[in-house]
Amino acid sequence: MDEPVDVLIIGAGASGAAVAWSLAETRMRIVCMEQGGWVRSGDYPANGRDGEARRYGDWDIHPGRRGMAADYPVNDDNSVMKVANFNAVGGGTVHWTAHFPRMHPSDFRVRTLDGVADDWPLDYAALEPFYAVNDRMMGVAGLAGDPAYPAHQPLMPPLPLGRTGTQFARAMNRLGWHWWPSDAAIATTEYDGRGRCINLGQCTPGCAQGAKASTDITYWPQAIRAGVELRTHCRVREISTGADGMASGVVYFDADGVERFQAAHVVVLACNGVGTPRLLLNSASARFPGGLANSSGLVGRNLMLHPWPIVAGYVDEEVDGYRGPMLCMWSKQFYETDPARDFLRGYTLQFGRGIGPVQEAVYSTEAGHLPWGAGHHQAYRRLVNHRLNIGVAAEDLPEAHNRVTLDPVLKDGNGIPAAKIDYTLGENTRRMMEHGIARASEILAACGAHTIATSRTALNSPGHLLGTARMGDDPARSVVNAWGRCHDVRNLFIVDGSIWVTSGGVNPTSTIQALALYIADQMKQRLATLFE
Amino acid sequence: MSNQQATDAAGLSEAAQRVLRCVAGMMIPASEEYRVPGADDDTIFADMLRSAGRDTAAIGRALADLDARGGGNVADLDPAAQQAAVDGWRGAAGPDFTLLQRLVLQCYYRDDRVMLSLGMEARPPFPKGYVIEQGDWSLLDPVCARPKMWRDAP
Repeated sequence: MDEPVDVLIIGAGASGAAVAWSLAETRMRIVCMEQGGWVRSGDYPANGRDGEARRYGDWDIHPGRRGMAADYPVNDDNSVMKVANFNAVGGGTVHWTAHFPRMHPSDFRVRTLDGVADDWPLDYAALEPFYAVNDRMMGVAGLAGDPAYPAHQPLMPPLPLGRTGTQFARAMNRLGWHWWPSDAAIATTEYDGRGRCINLGQCTPGCAQGAKASTDITYWPQAIRAGVELRTHCRVREISTGADGMASGVVYFDADGVERFQAAHVVVLACNGVGTPRLLLNSASARFPGGLANSSGLVGRNLMLHPWPIVAGYVDEEVDGYRGPMLCMWSKQFYETDPARDFLRGYTLQFGRGIGPVQEAVYSTEAGHLPWGAGHHQAYRRLVNHRLNIGVAAEDLPEAHNRVTLDPVLKDGNGIPAAKIDYTLGENTRRMMEHGIARASEILAACGAHTIATSRTALNSPGHLLGTARMGDDPARSVVNAWGRCHDVRNLFIVDGSIWVTSGGVNPTSTIQALALYIADQMKQRLATLFE
Repeated sequence: MSNQQATDAAGLSEAAQRVLRCVAGMMIPASEEYRVPGADDDTIFADMLRSAGRDTAAIGRALADLDARGGGNVADLDPAAQQAAVDGWRGAAGPDFTLLQRLVLQCYYRDDRVMLSLGMEARPPFPKGYVIEQGDWSLLDPVCARPKMWRDAP
């Protein structure tokens, strides 16, 4: 048995890093276990000529395709969307676009304002100071003054509009619709030891320049300097509990595959909306036969994945194409509920800058736009570096039948039962998606685009894993309380996207991290009475 | 060529390689107009063989399927018969076919000659990066003038 620690954090991604950094000032003995390792920037695809191809192989967003030793299998056969994640120090912040919108105030009052789902047990104002801390830690570029948001001040100038953004902006102004340069966790100036963005293009699967924030280069160096111990290649099998019903520590496999026990006074889960319920369900015992912290029966339920149709078209003028960060601006024109529509809630329109030559060839061939044979070259030259695309970031509402369970057969490399996903699109979501697709098509038409086509779900896996251990004040209707502590196990906390009550129509990382910082702050304020 | 005959310990068998090269040339032929080689070019084809990696078995199956559609000798058929076999094969495309098609495209569109023909530098993105113009920020003026759009939440 390893020497007991005060706090054991499981997962070194977006939320685990933030909570580790925040708790470090307590001088408690803190250990974080991460099933992956450190990724060297020299290994990122943008270093090589095969960079784009690697996004279909060892840097695929889908863990089943990627197949790294650190990855764990997920059975998502019964889901219209596929699970995306990345398992390493930094987690999903290594393999992401760094689009960094906050939730809106209305996202925390969904029941009150719109009569659906549930309100969160906290509000935008409670998170606002932690959004600001997180913006500073991650290094956020953007532009103050967006009329779609409460005032906040990004730290660096926005990413360039470029040729692509200029095309979109002109079209949006013609339509009279809102747009704004995105908040992005990408350094546009030198920032906190990170170089500025040099427009590598291939930056989603890791930024070789280090301009894009990932917690391995933001939170972790500071947390480690402050005394947090980060143990890599350690995969937790289950959380153990004592006779008092409290978590006593975890059983895990170390880097050599040896099963060990780590005792801890506090356990913090930061494993994402699939990994966390998987671990809780794998921690079933005589005292907790339905899985740990699951007296509500809600562990694994209400999975939200953010359906994300992509609508693309091609313009005659050359745009940014393979150059620059993938995203450059958003529109909140259709974000807030409008009673005149046939759905509640709303979505963000997310404007893509372009893609590289290999991706263009693959996408357009598979979409049927790029022929084989004699016409190939001429057709390709009308497509490459002429593509505009718009993502519809649709809010999917929590539905109990969308869930994570344990697969009865599939196991990971350590023999731990894998997660199984069951997920269907709700009617409200479908209507919202179709509305967004129609608006995106109008925008592309206003750009003068041709060959407009939509991918509803097959090509896009945003990897937003939310809602499977939701927070709330009522133990019968939630898994954790308003500050992340499990109702059933008073020394077990959850800080990742699984505690979300609703999903909003935005990329979640900014809010996941703000929430983790908020929970860490609540823990620090209550240290003397943490388990009461 | 059966599935088993499509691969051996070294990767794709010689028979499978012949079919792959035939398919690659049909997919992306050389062009004098654009001064680019076809995907069946020696260098590009060698890249494909090096890069098949984890997908070798799937690609082998796809090639065996095509060969069967061509009567077991698709690489030796006349062009019209080859095209007929390939059309049927593409029409029934499954995951194995998709992986094969991606392999050809990935290797073709990173070849120096092809990149140069597209006006790109034949280099990886890092460390030089690229330049993007700022764009016209005055376009934001009407948006700045809009009233607050977000809803207050009680």
